[in-house]
Amino acid sequence: MWAFIHKLGSPKWFYGISAKLQPWFWAAAALLLLVGSLWGLVFAPADYQQGNSFRIIYVHVPAAFLAQSIFISMAVSGLVFMVWKIKVADMAAAVMAPLGAAMTIVALFSGAVWGVPTWGTWWMWDARLTSMLILLFLYLGVIALRGAFSSRDSASRAASVLAMVGVINIPIIKYSVDWWYTLHQPASFTLTSRPTMPTEMWLPLVIMVLGFYSFFIALTLMRTRSEILRREASKRWVQDLVNGQTVHVQAEETR
Amino acid sequence: MHSTSHSASDSSSDGAARSASQRSAHGSSPSALESALQEAGAVKEAQAWPLLEHQGGLMLAVKATLVRDLTLLLRRRGEVLNPLVFFALVITLFPIAISPDPELLAVIAPGLLWVAALLAALLSLDSLFRSDYDDGSLEQLLLATQPLAALSLAKVAVHWLLTGLPLALMAPLLGIMLALPAGSYAVLALSLALGTASLSLIGAIGAALTVGLARGGVLLSLLILPLYIPVLIFGAGAVQAAILGDGVAAHLAILGALLAAALMLAPWAIAASLRISING
Repeated sequence: MWAFIHKLGSPKWFYGISAKLQPWFWAAAALLLLVGSLWGLVFAPADYQQGNSFRIIYVHVPAAFLAQSIFISMAVSGLVFMVWKIKVADMAAAVMAPLGAAMTIVALFSGAVWGVPTWGTWWMWDARLTSMLILLFLYLGVIALRGAFSSRDSASRAASVLAMVGVINIPIIKYSVDWWYTLHQPASFTLTSRPTMPTEMWLPLVIMVLGFYSFFIALTLMRTRSEILRREASKRWVQDLVNGQTVHVQAEETR
Repeated sequence: MHSTSHSASDSSSDGAARSASQRSAHGSSPSALESALQEAGAVKEAQAWPLLEHQGGLMLAVKATLVRDLTLLLRRRGEVLNPLVFFALVITLFPIAISPDPELLAVIAPGLLWVAALLAALLSLDSLFRSDYDDGSLEQLLLATQPLAALSLAKVAVHWLLTGLPLALMAPLLGIMLALPAGSYAVLALSLALGTASLSLIGAIGAALTVGLARGGVLLSLLILPLYIPVLIFGAGAVQAAILGDGVAAHLAILGALLAAALMLAPWAIAASLRISING
Protein backbone atom coordinates (compact mmCIF):
# COMPACT_ATOMS: atom_id res chain seq x y z
CA MET A 1 0.00 0.00 0.00
CA TRP A 2 2.66 2.48 1.07
CA ALA A 3 4.96 1.39 -1.71
CA PHE A 4 2.11 2.08 -4.11
CA ILE A 5 1.59 5.58 -2.70
CA HIS A 6 5.29 6.29 -2.91
CA LYS A 7 5.36 5.14 -6.50
CA LEU A 8 2.31 7.26 -7.25
CA GLY A 9 4.21 10.20 -5.85
CA SER A 10 6.90 9.86 -8.47
CA PRO A 11 6.04 11.89 -11.58
CA LYS A 12 8.05 9.51 -13.75
CA TRP A 13 6.11 6.46 -12.59
CA PHE A 14 2.80 8.32 -12.95
CA TYR A 15 3.79 9.41 -16.46
CA GLY A 16 4.35 5.78 -17.40
CA ILE A 17 1.24 4.27 -15.82
CA SER A 18 -1.06 7.04 -17.07
CA ALA A 19 0.15 6.38 -20.63
CA LYS A 20 -1.22 2.84 -20.27
CA LEU A 21 -4.49 3.85 -18.58
CA GLN A 22 -5.31 6.81 -20.78
CA PRO A 23 -6.46 4.97 -23.97
CA TRP A 24 -8.91 2.85 -21.99
CA PHE A 25 -10.59 5.91 -20.48
CA TRP A 26 -10.71 7.68 -23.83
CA ALA A 27 -12.30 4.59 -25.43
CA ALA A 28 -14.81 4.25 -22.59
CA ALA A 29 -15.66 7.95 -22.81
CA ALA A 30 -16.18 7.85 -26.57
CA LEU A 31 -18.32 4.71 -26.43
CA LEU A 32 -20.46 5.79 -23.46
CA LEU A 33 -21.00 9.32 -24.75
CA LEU A 34 -21.92 8.07 -28.21
CA VAL A 35 -24.37 5.43 -26.93
CA GLY A 36 -25.76 7.71 -24.23
CA SER A 37 -26.35 10.72 -26.46
CA LEU A 38 -27.87 8.67 -29.29
CA TRP A 39 -30.14 6.83 -26.89
CA GLY A 40 -31.04 9.89 -24.88
CA LEU A 41 -31.49 12.36 -27.72
CA VAL A 42 -33.06 10.07 -30.35
CA PHE A 43 -34.59 6.91 -28.90
CA ALA A 44 -35.73 7.85 -25.40
CA PRO A 45 -39.43 8.80 -25.24
CA ALA A 46 -40.40 12.44 -24.91
CA ASP A 47 -41.57 13.69 -21.52
CA TYR A 48 -45.36 13.89 -21.18
CA GLN A 49 -45.15 17.31 -19.61
CA GLN A 50 -42.08 18.98 -21.14
CA GLY A 51 -41.94 17.30 -24.53
CA ASN A 52 -38.58 17.10 -26.16
CA SER A 53 -37.04 19.94 -24.15
CA PHE A 54 -36.43 17.57 -21.24
CA ARG A 55 -33.60 16.02 -23.30
CA ILE A 56 -31.33 18.80 -22.07
CA ILE A 57 -31.15 16.70 -18.91
CA TYR A 58 -28.70 14.39 -20.68
CA VAL A 59 -26.14 17.20 -20.79
CA HIS A 60 -27.23 19.28 -17.81
CA VAL A 61 -27.23 16.65 -15.08
CA PRO A 62 -23.88 14.97 -15.97
CA ALA A 63 -22.21 18.39 -16.21
CA ALA A 64 -23.65 19.41 -12.83
CA PHE A 65 -22.50 16.13 -11.24
CA LEU A 66 -19.04 16.59 -12.67
CA ALA A 67 -18.84 20.24 -11.60
CA GLN A 68 -19.34 19.23 -7.96
CA SER A 69 -17.22 16.07 -8.12
CA ILE A 70 -14.28 17.91 -9.66
CA PHE A 71 -14.26 20.44 -6.82
CA ILE A 72 -14.21 17.62 -4.29
CA SER A 73 -11.44 15.75 -6.10
CA MET A 74 -9.51 19.01 -6.39
CA ALA A 75 -9.77 19.50 -2.63
CA VAL A 76 -8.78 15.87 -1.97
CA SER A 77 -5.75 16.30 -4.26
CA GLY A 78 -4.92 19.48 -2.35
CA LEU A 79 -5.10 17.58 0.94
CA VAL A 80 -2.88 14.80 -0.42
CA PHE A 81 -0.42 17.41 -1.64
CA MET A 82 -0.36 19.28 1.67
CA VAL A 83 -0.06 16.15 3.83
CA TRP A 84 2.23 13.87 1.82
CA LYS A 85 3.87 16.48 -0.45
CA ILE A 86 3.00 14.42 -3.52
CA LYS A 87 3.66 16.74 -6.42
CA VAL A 88 1.55 14.81 -8.91
CA ALA A 89 -1.52 15.47 -6.74
CA ASP A 90 -0.98 19.20 -7.09
CA MET A 91 -0.43 18.94 -10.83
CA ALA A 92 -3.72 17.05 -11.10
CA ALA A 93 -5.47 19.70 -8.97
CA ALA A 94 -4.04 22.43 -11.18
CA VAL A 95 -5.36 20.90 -14.39
CA MET A 96 -8.72 19.98 -12.84
CA ALA A 97 -9.67 23.54 -11.90
CA PRO A 98 -10.30 24.92 -15.43
CA LEU A 99 -12.15 21.74 -16.40
CA GLY A 100 -14.36 22.04 -13.34
CA ALA A 101 -15.08 25.69 -14.10
CA ALA A 102 -15.92 24.74 -17.70
CA MET A 103 -18.33 22.03 -16.50
CA THR A 104 -19.98 24.53 -14.15
CA ILE A 105 -20.46 26.91 -17.08
CA VAL A 106 -21.91 24.06 -19.19
CA ALA A 107 -24.32 23.20 -16.36
CA LEU A 108 -25.32 26.86 -15.92
CA PHE A 109 -25.77 27.43 -19.65
CA SER A 110 -27.79 24.26 -20.21
CA GLY A 111 -29.87 25.16 -17.17
CA ALA A 112 -30.54 28.60 -18.62
CA VAL A 113 -31.48 27.11 -22.01
CA TRP A 114 -33.77 24.65 -20.25
CA GLY A 115 -35.33 27.55 -18.39
CA VAL A 116 -36.71 29.10 -21.59
CA PRO A 117 -39.30 26.36 -22.37
CA THR A 118 -40.05 25.50 -18.73
CA TRP A 119 -40.01 28.84 -16.91
CA GLY A 120 -40.27 31.14 -19.92
CA THR A 121 -37.11 32.98 -18.88
CA TRP A 122 -33.36 32.54 -19.21
CA TRP A 123 -32.59 32.97 -15.57
CA MET A 124 -34.41 32.27 -12.35
CA TRP A 125 -32.93 32.62 -8.88
CA ASP A 126 -33.61 28.95 -8.45
CA ALA A 127 -31.77 27.28 -5.57
CA ARG A 128 -29.80 24.94 -7.80
CA LEU A 129 -28.83 27.57 -10.36
CA THR A 130 -27.80 29.93 -7.57
CA SER A 131 -25.57 27.39 -5.84
CA MET A 132 -24.06 26.48 -9.22
CA LEU A 133 -23.27 30.14 -9.82
CA ILE A 134 -21.57 30.35 -6.42
CA LEU A 135 -19.61 27.19 -7.25
CA LEU A 136 -18.40 28.90 -10.43
CA PHE A 137 -17.15 31.84 -8.35
CA LEU A 138 -15.34 29.42 -6.03
CA TYR A 139 -13.63 27.82 -9.03
CA LEU A 140 -12.65 31.21 -10.42
CA GLY A 141 -11.23 32.15 -7.01
CA VAL A 142 -9.02 29.04 -6.89
CA ILE A 143 -7.81 29.62 -10.46
CA ALA A 144 -7.13 33.31 -9.82
CA LEU A 145 -5.26 32.60 -6.58
CA ARG A 146 -3.05 30.03 -8.27
CA GLY A 147 -2.25 32.52 -11.01
CA ALA A 148 -1.47 35.36 -8.60
CA PHE A 149 1.64 33.86 -7.00
CA SER A 150 5.01 34.10 -8.69
CA SER A 151 6.43 31.13 -6.78
CA ARG A 152 4.92 27.85 -7.94
CA ASP A 153 5.22 26.17 -4.55
CA SER A 154 3.34 28.97 -2.77
CA ALA A 155 0.71 28.97 -5.51
CA SER A 156 0.19 25.22 -5.10
CA ARG A 157 -0.15 25.38 -1.35
CA ALA A 158 -2.40 28.45 -1.38
CA ALA A 159 -4.70 26.91 -3.99
CA SER A 160 -4.82 23.68 -1.94
CA VAL A 161 -5.83 25.54 1.21
CA LEU A 162 -8.49 27.52 -0.64
CA ALA A 163 -9.88 24.36 -2.28
CA MET A 164 -10.15 22.69 1.12
CA VAL A 165 -11.81 25.75 2.68
CA GLY A 166 -14.19 25.83 -0.28
CA VAL A 167 -15.12 22.17 -0.03
CA ILE A 168 -16.00 22.57 3.65
CA ASN A 169 -18.21 25.51 2.72
CA ILE A 170 -19.95 23.96 -0.29
CA PRO A 171 -22.49 21.94 1.76
CA ILE A 172 -23.13 24.93 4.04
CA ILE A 173 -23.68 27.18 1.01
CA LYS A 174 -25.89 24.58 -0.67
CA TYR A 175 -28.17 24.07 2.33
CA SER A 176 -28.42 27.75 3.15
CA VAL A 177 -29.30 28.58 -0.47
CA ASP A 178 -31.92 25.81 -0.49
CA TRP A 179 -33.37 27.21 2.71
CA TRP A 180 -33.32 30.76 1.32
CA TYR A 181 -35.14 29.59 -1.80
CA THR A 182 -37.89 27.75 0.06
CA LEU A 183 -38.41 30.81 2.26
CA HIS A 184 -39.03 33.09 -0.68
CA GLN A 185 -41.18 30.57 -2.63
CA PRO A 186 -41.41 31.99 -6.14
CA ALA A 187 -44.31 30.64 -8.16
CA SER A 188 -42.84 27.97 -10.40
CA PHE A 189 -42.82 24.23 -10.58
CA THR A 190 -39.56 22.55 -9.73
CA LEU A 191 -37.72 20.62 -12.36
CA THR A 192 -36.49 17.99 -10.00
CA SER A 193 -39.55 16.73 -8.17
CA ARG A 194 -40.64 14.61 -11.07
CA PRO A 195 -42.36 11.29 -10.45
CA THR A 196 -40.28 8.17 -10.93
CA MET A 197 -38.57 8.27 -14.29
CA PRO A 198 -39.20 5.34 -16.60
CA THR A 199 -36.21 3.09 -17.19
CA GLU A 200 -35.78 4.07 -20.84
CA MET A 201 -35.37 7.68 -19.68
CA TRP A 202 -32.95 7.26 -16.78
CA LEU A 203 -30.75 4.51 -18.21
CA PRO A 204 -29.29 6.76 -20.94
CA LEU A 205 -28.79 9.38 -18.22
CA VAL A 206 -26.69 6.93 -16.20
CA ILE A 207 -24.67 6.11 -19.33
CA MET A 208 -24.13 9.80 -20.02
CA VAL A 209 -23.00 10.40 -16.41
CA LEU A 210 -20.51 7.52 -16.67
CA GLY A 211 -19.34 8.85 -20.04
CA PHE A 212 -18.75 12.34 -18.60
CA TYR A 213 -16.74 10.84 -15.72
CA SER A 214 -14.62 8.75 -18.11
CA PHE A 215 -14.03 11.85 -20.20
CA PHE A 216 -12.99 13.78 -17.09
CA ILE A 217 -10.54 11.06 -16.00
CA ALA A 218 -9.05 10.71 -19.48
CA LEU A 219 -8.64 14.45 -19.92
CA THR A 220 -7.17 14.86 -16.43
CA LEU A 221 -4.64 12.10 -17.11
CA MET A 222 -3.68 13.69 -20.42
CA ARG A 223 -3.33 17.19 -19.02
CA THR A 224 -1.49 15.98 -15.91
CA ARG A 225 1.01 14.26 -18.23
CA SER A 226 1.75 17.49 -20.06
CA GLU A 227 1.92 19.34 -16.73
CA ILE A 228 4.50 16.76 -15.55
CA LEU A 229 6.58 17.36 -18.67
CA ARG A 230 6.38 21.12 -18.17
CA ARG A 231 7.29 21.14 -14.48
CA GLU A 232 9.93 18.41 -14.67
CA ALA A 233 11.48 19.79 -17.86
CA SER A 234 14.87 20.13 -16.17
CA LYS A 235 14.90 16.52 -14.94
CA ARG A 236 17.11 13.95 -16.61
CA TRP A 237 14.35 11.46 -17.46
CA VAL A 238 12.25 14.09 -19.26
CA GLN A 239 15.25 15.28 -21.25
CA ASP A 240 16.13 11.69 -22.11
CA LEU A 241 12.54 11.11 -23.16
CA VAL A 242 12.44 14.19 -25.38
CA ASN A 243 15.92 13.65 -26.82
CA GLY A 244 15.17 9.99 -27.45
CA GLN A 245 12.09 10.94 -29.41
CA THR A 246 13.88 13.54 -31.49
CA VAL A 247 16.69 11.08 -32.24
CA HIS A 248 14.07 8.58 -33.26
CA VAL A 249 12.36 11.09 -35.54
CA GLN A 250 15.69 12.08 -37.09
CA ALA A 251 16.49 8.44 -37.70
CA GLU A 252 13.17 8.02 -39.49
CA GLU A 253 13.77 11.13 -41.56
CA THR A 254 17.20 9.94 -42.70
CA ARG A 255 15.79 6.54 -43.52
CA MET B 1 -3.54 49.64 28.97
CA HIS B 2 -0.20 51.19 28.14
CA SER B 3 1.55 49.67 31.12
CA THR B 4 0.11 46.23 30.32
CA SER B 5 1.44 46.38 26.80
CA HIS B 6 4.81 47.36 28.19
CA SER B 7 5.01 44.40 30.52
CA ALA B 8 3.83 42.09 27.75
CA SER B 9 6.59 43.25 25.42
CA ASP B 10 9.07 42.90 28.28
CA SER B 11 8.10 39.31 28.84
CA SER B 12 8.37 38.51 25.15
CA SER B 13 11.88 39.98 25.04
CA ASP B 14 12.72 37.84 28.07
CA GLY B 15 11.54 34.84 26.12
CA ALA B 16 13.83 35.83 23.26
CA ALA B 17 16.74 36.13 25.69
CA ARG B 18 15.95 32.73 27.09
CA SER B 19 15.87 31.07 23.72
CA ALA B 20 19.14 32.85 22.87
CA SER B 21 20.70 31.43 26.03
CA GLN B 22 19.50 27.95 25.07
CA ARG B 23 20.97 28.39 21.63
CA SER B 24 24.33 29.51 22.98
CA ALA B 25 24.35 26.62 25.47
CA HIS B 26 24.11 24.24 22.52
CA GLY B 27 26.41 26.35 20.34
CA SER B 28 30.12 25.67 19.97
CA SER B 29 31.94 28.44 21.81
CA PRO B 30 30.07 31.31 23.44
CA SER B 31 32.27 33.70 25.38
CA ALA B 32 32.41 32.75 29.06
CA LEU B 33 31.21 36.11 30.28
CA GLU B 34 28.28 36.14 27.92
CA SER B 35 27.08 32.68 28.83
CA ALA B 36 27.49 33.37 32.54
CA LEU B 37 25.42 36.52 32.18
CA GLN B 38 22.71 34.75 30.25
CA GLU B 39 22.64 31.88 32.71
CA ALA B 40 22.25 34.29 35.57
CA GLY B 41 19.46 36.01 33.69
CA ALA B 42 17.74 32.71 33.04
CA VAL B 43 17.96 31.69 36.71
CA LYS B 44 16.63 35.04 37.83
CA GLU B 45 13.80 34.79 35.34
CA ALA B 46 12.92 31.28 36.42
CA GLN B 47 12.67 32.51 40.00
CA ALA B 48 10.57 35.48 39.07
CA TRP B 49 8.15 33.45 36.89
CA PRO B 50 8.08 30.01 38.44
CA LEU B 51 4.88 28.81 36.79
CA LEU B 52 4.55 30.89 33.69
CA GLU B 53 6.69 28.72 31.52
CA HIS B 54 4.37 25.79 32.02
CA GLN B 55 0.96 27.36 32.38
CA GLY B 56 0.81 30.98 31.36
CA GLY B 57 2.76 30.95 28.10
CA LEU B 58 -0.13 30.74 25.67
CA MET B 59 -2.50 33.03 27.57
CA LEU B 60 0.26 35.56 28.00
CA ALA B 61 1.08 35.52 24.31
CA VAL B 62 -2.57 35.81 23.29
CA LYS B 63 -3.07 38.69 25.72
CA ALA B 64 0.07 40.40 24.45
CA THR B 65 -1.15 40.06 20.84
CA LEU B 66 -4.58 41.41 21.78
CA VAL B 67 -3.15 44.40 23.61
CA ARG B 68 -0.59 45.14 20.92
CA ASP B 69 -3.13 45.05 18.08
CA LEU B 70 -5.69 47.10 20.02
CA THR B 71 -3.05 49.70 20.83
CA LEU B 72 -1.84 49.87 17.25
CA LEU B 73 -5.32 50.21 15.78
CA LEU B 74 -6.49 52.74 18.35
CA ARG B 75 -3.49 54.90 17.43
CA ARG B 76 -4.55 54.82 13.78
CA ARG B 77 -8.12 55.94 14.27
CA GLY B 78 -8.62 56.60 10.57
CA GLU B 79 -8.35 52.94 9.79
CA VAL B 80 -11.06 52.20 12.34
CA LEU B 81 -13.36 54.95 11.13
CA ASN B 82 -13.01 54.36 7.38
CA PRO B 83 -15.21 51.23 7.21
CA LEU B 84 -17.92 53.06 9.17
CA VAL B 85 -17.84 56.03 6.81
CA PHE B 86 -17.89 53.63 3.86
CA PHE B 87 -20.94 51.89 5.35
CA ALA B 88 -22.81 55.18 5.70
CA LEU B 89 -21.81 56.29 2.20
CA VAL B 90 -22.96 53.11 0.49
CA ILE B 91 -26.27 53.28 2.33
CA THR B 92 -26.63 56.88 1.11
CA LEU B 93 -26.15 55.76 -2.49
CA PHE B 94 -29.17 53.46 -2.57
CA PRO B 95 -32.00 55.96 -1.99
CA ILE B 96 -30.32 58.20 -4.56
CA ALA B 97 -30.02 55.39 -7.11
CA ILE B 98 -33.36 53.68 -6.52
CA SER B 99 -35.98 55.94 -4.97
CA PRO B 100 -36.47 57.99 -1.81
CA ASP B 101 -39.87 56.37 -1.31
CA PRO B 102 -39.93 55.13 2.33
CA GLU B 103 -42.26 52.21 1.55
CA LEU B 104 -39.93 50.84 -1.10
CA LEU B 105 -36.86 51.44 1.05
CA ALA B 106 -38.44 49.67 4.02
CA VAL B 107 -38.80 46.52 1.91
CA ILE B 108 -35.20 46.39 0.78
CA ALA B 109 -33.59 47.91 3.90
CA PRO B 110 -32.59 44.62 5.66
CA GLY B 111 -30.75 43.34 2.60
CA LEU B 112 -29.15 46.72 1.85
CA LEU B 113 -27.89 47.16 5.41
CA TRP B 114 -26.46 43.65 5.49
CA VAL B 115 -24.78 43.87 2.08
CA ALA B 116 -23.29 47.28 2.84
CA ALA B 117 -22.00 46.14 6.26
CA LEU B 118 -20.53 43.02 4.64
CA LEU B 119 -18.70 45.11 2.04
CA ALA B 120 -17.43 47.50 4.70
CA ALA B 121 -16.07 44.56 6.72
CA LEU B 122 -14.49 43.17 3.56
CA LEU B 123 -12.85 46.50 2.80
CA SER B 124 -11.04 46.54 6.12
CA LEU B 125 -9.73 42.98 5.79
CA ASP B 126 -6.87 43.81 3.46
CA SER B 127 -5.08 45.72 6.23
CA LEU B 128 -5.55 42.92 8.79
CA PHE B 129 -2.09 41.41 8.29
CA ARG B 130 -0.66 43.97 5.85
CA SER B 131 1.26 46.26 8.20
CA ASP B 132 2.56 43.31 10.23
CA TYR B 133 3.73 41.71 7.01
CA ASP B 134 5.44 44.90 5.86
CA ASP B 135 7.34 45.57 9.10
CA GLY B 136 8.26 41.93 9.68
CA SER B 137 6.39 41.39 12.93
CA LEU B 138 4.31 38.70 11.24
CA GLU B 139 7.47 36.63 10.83
CA GLN B 140 8.15 37.00 14.55
CA LEU B 141 4.63 35.78 15.23
CA LEU B 142 5.37 32.71 13.10
CA LEU B 143 8.61 32.07 14.98
CA ALA B 144 6.92 32.26 18.38
CA THR B 145 6.71 29.03 20.33
CA GLN B 146 2.99 29.54 20.89
CA PRO B 147 0.61 28.12 18.26
CA LEU B 148 0.07 30.55 15.41
CA ALA B 149 -3.63 29.63 15.26
CA ALA B 150 -4.23 31.06 18.74
CA LEU B 151 -2.27 34.24 18.00
CA SER B 152 -4.10 34.81 14.71
CA LEU B 153 -7.40 34.25 16.52
CA ALA B 154 -6.41 37.12 18.83
CA LYS B 155 -5.70 39.32 15.81
CA VAL B 156 -9.08 38.45 14.28
CA ALA B 157 -10.79 39.20 17.60
CA VAL B 158 -9.30 42.69 17.57
CA HIS B 159 -10.42 43.16 13.97
CA TRP B 160 -13.99 42.23 14.88
CA LEU B 161 -13.93 44.41 18.00
CA LEU B 162 -12.94 47.48 16.00
CA THR B 163 -14.80 46.76 12.73
CA GLY B 164 -17.70 44.33 13.16
CA LEU B 165 -18.94 45.60 16.48
CA PRO B 166 -18.96 49.32 15.50
CA LEU B 167 -20.72 48.41 12.24
CA ALA B 168 -23.36 46.51 14.22
CA LEU B 169 -23.83 49.44 16.59
CA MET B 170 -24.08 51.92 13.74
CA ALA B 171 -26.52 49.90 11.63
CA PRO B 172 -29.71 50.85 13.57
CA LEU B 173 -28.96 54.54 12.91
CA LEU B 174 -28.77 53.89 9.18
CA GLY B 175 -31.85 51.70 9.53
CA ILE B 176 -33.82 54.75 10.68
CA MET B 177 -32.69 56.59 7.54
CA LEU B 178 -33.89 53.68 5.38
CA ALA B 179 -37.27 53.61 7.15
CA LEU B 180 -36.61 50.15 8.55
CA PRO B 181 -39.82 49.04 10.32
CA ALA B 182 -39.78 49.39 14.09
CA GLY B 183 -39.10 46.32 16.20
CA SER B 184 -36.26 45.00 14.06
CA TYR B 185 -33.48 47.32 15.23
CA ALA B 186 -32.22 45.15 18.07
CA VAL B 187 -32.27 42.08 15.82
CA LEU B 188 -30.38 44.00 13.14
CA ALA B 189 -27.61 44.95 15.57
CA LEU B 190 -27.47 41.50 17.14
CA SER B 191 -27.41 39.64 13.81
CA LEU B 192 -24.67 41.95 12.52
CA ALA B 193 -22.61 41.53 15.69
CA LEU B 194 -22.86 37.73 15.43
CA GLY B 195 -22.47 37.64 11.66
CA THR B 196 -19.51 39.99 11.34
CA ALA B 197 -17.56 37.78 13.75
CA SER B 198 -17.92 34.91 11.27
CA LEU B 199 -17.11 37.30 8.43
CA SER B 200 -13.90 38.40 10.16
CA LEU B 201 -12.84 34.79 10.73
CA ILE B 202 -13.56 33.61 7.17
CA GLY B 203 -12.17 36.80 5.67
CA ALA B 204 -8.94 36.46 7.62
CA ILE B 205 -8.23 33.23 5.69
CA GLY B 206 -8.36 35.19 2.45
CA ALA B 207 -6.37 38.07 3.94
CA ALA B 208 -3.69 35.61 5.07
CA LEU B 209 -3.56 33.96 1.64
CA THR B 210 -3.19 37.27 -0.21
CA VAL B 211 -1.01 39.24 2.22
CA GLY B 212 2.17 38.35 0.32
CA LEU B 213 0.76 39.57 -2.98
CA ALA B 214 1.41 43.13 -4.06
CA ARG B 215 -2.15 43.79 -5.24
CA GLY B 216 -4.23 41.32 -3.29
CA GLY B 217 -7.23 43.58 -2.66
CA VAL B 218 -9.53 42.63 -5.54
CA LEU B 219 -8.41 39.01 -5.42
CA LEU B 220 -9.27 38.93 -1.73
CA SER B 221 -12.88 39.89 -2.41
CA LEU B 222 -13.09 37.34 -5.22
CA LEU B 223 -11.93 34.57 -2.88
CA ILE B 224 -13.99 35.54 0.12
CA LEU B 225 -17.36 36.82 -1.10
CA PRO B 226 -18.72 33.38 -2.17
CA LEU B 227 -17.92 32.06 1.31
CA TYR B 228 -19.88 34.93 2.88
CA ILE B 229 -23.19 33.89 1.33
CA PRO B 230 -24.50 31.62 4.15
CA VAL B 231 -23.86 34.35 6.74
CA LEU B 232 -25.60 36.89 4.52
CA ILE B 233 -28.63 34.63 4.01
CA PHE B 234 -29.21 34.03 7.71
CA GLY B 235 -28.23 37.54 8.81
CA ALA B 236 -30.56 39.31 6.42
CA GLY B 237 -33.11 36.55 7.06
CA ALA B 238 -33.11 37.33 10.77
CA VAL B 239 -33.98 40.97 10.12
CA GLN B 240 -36.67 40.00 7.61
CA ALA B 241 -38.15 37.58 10.12
CA ALA B 242 -38.19 40.29 12.79
CA ILE B 243 -40.07 42.62 10.42
CA LEU B 244 -42.60 39.93 9.53
CA GLY B 245 -43.06 39.08 13.20
CA ASP B 246 -41.71 35.53 12.84
CA GLY B 247 -39.39 34.04 15.42
CA VAL B 248 -35.81 35.22 15.02
CA ALA B 249 -34.29 32.72 17.43
CA ALA B 250 -33.72 30.12 14.71
CA HIS B 251 -31.82 32.55 12.47
CA LEU B 252 -29.69 33.84 15.31
CA ALA B 253 -29.02 30.27 16.44
CA ILE B 254 -27.80 29.32 12.96
CA LEU B 255 -25.63 32.45 12.85
CA GLY B 256 -24.21 31.34 16.18
CA ALA B 257 -23.64 27.84 14.81
CA LEU B 258 -21.81 29.26 11.79
CA LEU B 259 -19.69 31.33 14.17
CA ALA B 260 -18.91 28.26 16.28
CA ALA B 261 -17.84 26.31 13.21
CA ALA B 262 -15.74 29.21 11.96
CA LEU B 263 -14.12 29.64 15.39
CA MET B 264 -13.21 25.98 15.38
CA LEU B 265 -11.84 25.67 11.84
CA ALA B 266 -10.79 29.10 10.59
CA PRO B 267 -7.78 29.67 12.92
CA TRP B 268 -6.01 26.59 11.52
CA ALA B 269 -6.66 27.70 7.94
CA ILE B 270 -5.45 31.22 8.80
CA ALA B 271 -2.26 29.82 10.36
CA ALA B 272 -1.57 27.56 7.38
CA SER B 273 -2.20 30.44 4.96
CA LEU B 274 0.11 32.78 6.87
CA ARG B 275 2.90 30.19 6.69
CA ILE B 276 2.38 29.90 2.93
CA SER B 277 2.46 33.68 2.48
CA ILE B 278 5.60 34.11 4.56
CA ASN B 279 7.59 31.25 3.07
CA GLY B 280 6.68 32.05 -0.53
